[in-house]
Amino acid sequence: MSMVDFLQLLWFFVIALLFAIFLFLGGIDFGVGIATRLVARNGDERAIYMRAIGPHWDGNEVWLITAGGAMFAAFPLWYASLFSGYYILLFLVLVGLILRGVSFEFAAHSITDSERNVWQWANFLGSVLPPFFLGMMLTSLIQGVPMDAKQNVHAGFFDVVNLLSIVGGVAVVFFSFVHGLHFLSLKLDKEDSRHMLNVSEKVYWIAYPALVVFVILAFFFTDFYQKRTWSSLFITVVILAATICGHVAATKKRGGWAFIASGVTLAGVIAFIFNGMFPRVMIAKDASKSLLYTTAVASPYTLKAMSIVLCIFLPIVLVYFSWSYYIQRKRLVYAQAPAVSAAPSQV
Amino acid sequence: MSVLGLSRFQFAMTTIFHFFYVPLSIGLAFTVAVMETLYVVKRKPVYLRMAKFWGKIFLLSFAVGIVTGIIQEFQFGMNWSEYSRFMGDIFGAPLAIEALLAFFMESTFVGVWMFTWNRFKPGVHVIFIWLTWLGSTISAVWILAANSFMQHPVGFKIDPKDGHAKMTDFWAVIGNSQLWKAFPHVISGALMTGSFVIVGMAAFGLLNKKQANNREFYVSSLRVAAVIAVVSAVLVIVAGDLQTQQIISDQPMKFAATEGIYNDTKDPAPWTVIALINEQAKTTKGIEIPAMLSLLAYHSIHGSVKGMNTLNHEMLQQFGKAHPEIANYFVPTNVLFWSFRFMAAVGFAVLILAALALWFTRKSKNTLADSCWKLWVLGVCLYLPFIGNTGGWLITELGRYPWLVYGLLTIADGVSPTATVPSLLFTNIVYFLLFLVLGGVMVFYSRRTLHQGPESVDGDAEDERVVVRASARHAERKVALA
Repeated sequence: MSMVDFLQLLWFFVIALLFAIFLFLGGIDFGVGIATRLVARNGDERAIYMRAIGPHWDGNEVWLITAGGAMFAAFPLWYASLFSGYYILLFLVLVGLILRGVSFEFAAHSITDSERNVWQWANFLGSVLPPFFLGMMLTSLIQGVPMDAKQNVHAGFFDVVNLLSIVGGVAVVFFSFVHGLHFLSLKLDKEDSRHMLNVSEKVYWIAYPALVVFVILAFFFTDFYQKRTWSSLFITVVILAATICGHVAATKKRGGWAFIASGVTLAGVIAFIFNGMFPRVMIAKDASKSLLYTTAVASPYTLKAMSIVLCIFLPIVLVYFSWSYYIQRKRLVYAQAPAVSAAPSQV
Repeated sequence: MSVLGLSRFQFAMTTIFHFFYVPLSIGLAFTVAVMETLYVVKRKPVYLRMAKFWGKIFLLSFAVGIVTGIIQEFQFGMNWSEYSRFMGDIFGAPLAIEALLAFFMESTFVGVWMFTWNRFKPGVHVIFIWLTWLGSTISAVWILAANSFMQHPVGFKIDPKDGHAKMTDFWAVIGNSQLWKAFPHVISGALMTGSFVIVGMAAFGLLNKKQANNREFYVSSLRVAAVIAVVSAVLVIVAGDLQTQQIISDQPMKFAATEGIYNDTKDPAPWTVIALINEQAKTTKGIEIPAMLSLLAYHSIHGSVKGMNTLNHEMLQQFGKAHPEIANYFVPTNVLFWSFRFMAAVGFAVLILAALALWFTRKSKNTLADSCWKLWVLGVCLYLPFIGNTGGWLITELGRYPWLVYGLLTIADGVSPTATVPSLLFTNIVYFLLFLVLGGVMVFYSRRTLHQGPESVDGDAEDERVVVRASARHAERKVALA
């Protein structure tokens, strides 16, 4: 394997890794946002859930931005085909991310309960739409889309919205929800922490039939199990095992293990998709027009420059990124508002 | 309405809206960092209060800045896929590096800064806001590196196989002379914006009769911010002059349009202060100052400036073969001419206003707080820097018309071939409404924060203790449990 071949392969892996990390971390924030409506009982509980991810959600989202930027740099043709081909879905993802992005700060500035409620709804919507549409996009593009000779995607409505892509979207939302619950169980005090795991334990029962449906649909709608048989099977087993482990951990009230397991499930979805696509990055209905990672790739010079930057700076980022979680690892507790002022809560 | 027109409108709209908040956030972060540093050095509680209070405005601006910024990154691929294919090899790298070097830094440390006021010693805590500021400043370097390539492509070759631009020299791309002329101008403009907004808001705070007890707070805030505004206004003017020299050599058409020059000037060249420009007839009628343009352009009393007619002719000859579809290379002259004048006027106005604000609050004779009309002028003028920033970007981006990448790729060739009018119309409308709401809410909450006064930051809870409303019954039970 030449240096260039290695770098091309490396960057395919890096893109997959960045998306997997994003789903692992961003999944927390989406899940917590979903929990603000499905689990929280009042505005104050919603506020403390949002506070739990307050210091982290922005940094978590940067993994998505980095994944997009890295795809632009390392595989410009992939970036161009994917982003222009899924215009409306990505637009809807952006709308969701915008709503969620401002909701934290705007809710913190709210004075009345109804005003705060508006931004808490914005947070919820912004936590449901992006994972749903991202999941939809990922599971739509693995089925193969109509592409022309210039690699433009001409996806019709049913290429984007179909049984597998809807199940895919729901699955990502669902696993994000569970993942968020597990994160909250680590951030809230004893009683609430238990409550999160109780909810997660029940919700998990939906996961098994959903997973079976997903695997069956993936078998018929994609060529993953035909073309990449063993690796696809292996990842499927890992996802299933992680799901069972997460469920068991939630039942035994081991929040930390449950959190890791649900994160592995989410990252496993990305692994399944990228592994199945390989060596294609955009699967065309007409197999000869598929875009391969070796043709979508940037010049060897750019790859080399980007690799050097990545090797130097990614470790540094990882150090301070984890440090920011470490120093804020304490569980949150409720405090009474100071009597003197009508200060908005410190969400 | 065409795909091209709607795509251009959408990009212009998102960029302009995003660029209200970018310079504001960078400038506010810097000013807040200075205030917190003053607290660390002098240990006066008023500085801590200042950092916390203006920090709230910074966080609002930061939030809107982030959410509009993510649109920018996505829409290169979504709306301009041919452009992404053409120069992804060069443009993608600075964008990815921006995320890795800058976005992680600012987003991580702003999160730490917000929630650890009591956890760390002041001397340590202040580092977090400086790192946040540094992150956003590094981000400006990389996005300007990408933009500078579009203005003045260097360090590349055109691949004969696919016709795309490929990077050949990374150091040339980030050593682009355009970049290092644009960066000081943009960053000093940002510092000016953030600090002058605090000057204006503090003036409004002083006008509020109910907050008479906060006079010292607002006067001190105003003075700290005004010092930064004066220094950065001087820098923005000097840096702007340097950048102009660069534009004259790299993009003479842009320069000629900002001065409304159609025919080559005489030597020495006179400067047109204001003018009526007819873009159809290609005439400029205005008030002129003799020899002033030679002075501005060449720092000498000699030298003529090429007019747009000559430059158009030259460009037609230079690019005619490769781009026969382009009839002429004229740029929107009126917009550039007036944008430049507004921008320059804003720079000088901020300099004078901030200097006067310092003068009228001097220790020996501090009269500003008692003069309503002076406070009103300062307050209303806080919107000036936004006009200046927008003017600057209009010049930069409209001035490269019809190029997307100067001399290499036209705007029409960069647009996504899959884009459709209905979908673009839909996204344009939704973005427009969203921006309207976000901008409105941001201004509303900033005003309300000011109205609440600095008392609103005094009752902060411990970092991991979350304040709930005392009114909620459930919360009371919670507090009892905790």
